[in-house]
Amino acid sequence: MNFTLHIWRQKNSNIQGEFVTYQIDNIDENTSFLEMLDQLNEQLIAQDQDCIVFDYDCREGICGACSLVINGYPHGDKKATTTCQLYMRDYKNQTELWIEPWRAKAFPVIKDLTVDRSSFDSIIQSGGYVSVHTGSAPEANALLIDKHSADEAFNSATCIGCGACVAVCPNASATLFVAAKITHLSLLPQGKIEEQDRAQKMFNQMESEGFGSCSNHRYCERVCPKGISVSNITKMNQVLGWT
Amino acid sequence: MNIFCANEPTGPLESRWEKHLFSLSLISPQNRKKHKVIVVGTGLAGASLCATLGEAGYQVSSFCFQDSPRRAHSIAAQGGINATKNYQNDGDSVWRLFYDTIKGGDFRARESNVYRLAELSGNIIDQAVAQGVPFAREYSGYLANRSFGGTQVSRTFYARGQTGQQLLLGAYQAHSRQLANDNVTHQSRSEMLELIMVDNKARGIIVRDLVSGEISAHTADCVVLCTGGYSNAFYLSTNAKGCNTSATWRAYKQGAYFANPSFTQIHPTCIPPTGENQSKLTLMSESLRNDGRIWAPKNSEDCDKNPADIKEEDRDYFLERMYPAFANLAPRDIASRAVKHICDKGHGVGSKIHGKRLGVYLDFSAIIEKLGLEAVAEKYGNLFDMYQSITGEDPYQTPMKIYPAPHYTMGGLWVDYDLMTTVEGLFAGGEANFSDHGANRLGASALMQGLADGYFVLPKTVANYLAKSSLTDVDDTHPQVVQSLQLVKDRIHQLMHAPSPKYSPEYYHQKLGKILWEACGMSREAEQLKQAIGEIAELEAHFWQNIKVTGVDKDLNQTLERAGRVADFIELGKLMCQDALMREESCGAHARVEYLSESGEAKRDDHDFSFVGAWEFKPEQPMLHKEQLNYEFIEPTVRNYK
Repeated sequence: MNFTLHIWRQKNSNIQGEFVTYQIDNIDENTSFLEMLDQLNEQLIAQDQDCIVFDYDCREGICGACSLVINGYPHGDKKATTTCQLYMRDYKNQTELWIEPWRAKAFPVIKDLTVDRSSFDSIIQSGGYVSVHTGSAPEANALLIDKHSADEAFNSATCIGCGACVAVCPNASATLFVAAKITHLSLLPQGKIEEQDRAQKMFNQMESEGFGSCSNHRYCERVCPKGISVSNITKMNQVLGWT
Repeated sequence: MNIFCANEPTGPLESRWEKHLFSLSLISPQNRKKHKVIVVGTGLAGASLCATLGEAGYQVSSFCFQDSPRRAHSIAAQGGINATKNYQNDGDSVWRLFYDTIKGGDFRARESNVYRLAELSGNIIDQAVAQGVPFAREYSGYLANRSFGGTQVSRTFYARGQTGQQLLLGAYQAHSRQLANDNVTHQSRSEMLELIMVDNKARGIIVRDLVSGEISAHTADCVVLCTGGYSNAFYLSTNAKGCNTSATWRAYKQGAYFANPSFTQIHPTCIPPTGENQSKLTLMSESLRNDGRIWAPKNSEDCDKNPADIKEEDRDYFLERMYPAFANLAPRDIASRAVKHICDKGHGVGSKIHGKRLGVYLDFSAIIEKLGLEAVAEKYGNLFDMYQSITGEDPYQTPMKIYPAPHYTMGGLWVDYDLMTTVEGLFAGGEANFSDHGANRLGASALMQGLADGYFVLPKTVANYLAKSSLTDVDDTHPQVVQSLQLVKDRIHQLMHAPSPKYSPEYYHQKLGKILWEACGMSREAEQLKQAIGEIAELEAHFWQNIKVTGVDKDLNQTLERAGRVADFIELGKLMCQDALMREESCGAHARVEYLSESGEAKRDDHDFSFVGAWEFKPEQPMLHKEQLNYEFIEPTVRNYK
């Protein structure tokens, strides 16, 4: 398979970036999207050029490192999938692909397709935890949790922190990310005690990091690779006392 | 070769840890702030250690190469975590988990350490639940368990197929809480490239900021490496792409012994490689072998046919044929070797790579016929979906293709009972150390070990070291620090400016992977190992002559990062082969073809090889030290799975 790739190249956050066009040929249909970029980078090394930088690690859809906007869609237009789980057989031969980084004020571009998502870490640091000391936990089965709540908490907890929700949002809001963590911990009795304080702190942190507000576009749940629902936002609003 | 000891406490096994805890020195709360600890790596072991040391009041600095500590590869663990809660009332106990782990490791692990691990396992579950880890539950609200990895009790706790992710997020959040309290500082996108040694003690690390390319020194009272395993030495493995040996290898070069480097686990059920440019392999849960039947075509001319067109009598259900008692459930090492054997003989299926088809069928048609599509979907639906999204094939319609892949490394830095390496002030936790799994790790035990080390063992033993040591102040102007900085800069310069730059890091990594996979993978043989050692030495020389890194070093340069990691993998690869060659027996995952029974089982030699092989770096040839394993409480037996 052959592709024409328009890839965002940007030296660093202070320099304006631009699309650069590359041609890549003879790609096996079972090659993953990131392996296709690996091959392009091998070509660039052969031509003495600096490689295209992009984030990746596990390449099995769980670490949340990979982060590309492909033809306008974060993680491509395949549903509930991370970029690393895309395969070239999902695309038509001879197509043009536009590949960009996440774009949001709170995710400044570091270089090429790589952005700085440490603002997500700061949000978790502001309160996204249960305050329990190591060694002070009670016997695990002393705390019974109904299966439904445990399952729902799990659904919220599967967020991989990739930032696709921010990248797709016209407001570059991190509300789904924040709401998923608040919901995960609020649904469990061990997280209930601190819930209001936690929710307020995380929300404030989100705003001070430069993320926008939610205006119910709901694009976030459509691109979330883990299918996290906007009902988490409803739950967050309840915890914050907004509904 | 001299014999050294592991500082194990003596007396009854059950009271050793408690007795040892009492003998450890403490530091009073107001004095803890004066002590600084560096933790490298933020997976289960590293994150849980940072959280625990931070809340105790020590100054902790953590580092990871990923863009966030939450992305460490612990996150990818699927199956679960073992603990001796005995909630199922099926006869589990600390003693039974201890015994299963020692036996599973084919009697090549230290009794005291493994017993402590089993003892601490229950506390981990308590801690994780308190943090809000959403483990699977029964309708009654109690925690659910399943049996895993061929054990006879149900002691595995799980969070769907994402147990590692949920446990890591628990530890990451606890770590984050300390970052907010300013007890812990953290730097992401930072890679440790050297260990700073002052007066023969570990006193800091040299770090490359992966964004700016700046090299900086960080000093402390001690250093803890929780930097994971080295399966990526094989190039293709189930590990994340960034997993590397560089931190542990730098430590080895500075005097920390490397133990059992050849003990690497190959997982039988992974999705096979489909092309020469494949970058990694994906694990499919072992639970699939409960209901799937493994087969390959009897006739090699059938290998490229549609499996539906191969008649029943032309299918070789080789595990059922070779191991009638355990059949498709034969242990990981035995099943993996059988699959390789079948493919090597030209009966593999799937796409041809380097002239070989590397895959066999895992067929669910019998169970679908028996239980119906719906019941099978209920049980394995998410795995089938995952398989389909990766391969584009529907396992409900056509058999899955599987092939073994490197998955976990039991070997690692040698540590004593306190998890301290042979370098004073340098500790190692989690997969980075060699301690608990012997020659083979049981399923659902890696998460347990990482968290036991990080939450419960290292916080006590590190404090003891800090309390007992009198350390002089070391700052960035110390001659050793200056020298270490220079060493790193020189090395980067060498990588950037090879005499005749020609080949990329990937080129060398793939070459190394191929050599190791053939000679030091699922089966090993003396002549092949000797040949591989020679080939790797040639590859090493070729690498430093021809490595090509484009771009500049004072920048985010992933090619440079890879080049450095591959250079270390090449050296480690040689040591893996040397260790495999030295160990003239088969045990656990280490299968020397000269020491296998006719049916392919490991022939252990307890008389000559009941020891941990710990290698000391020497410029010419590494030197072997033996830690004798004395079984005081259990009797080593033969693992028999016929």
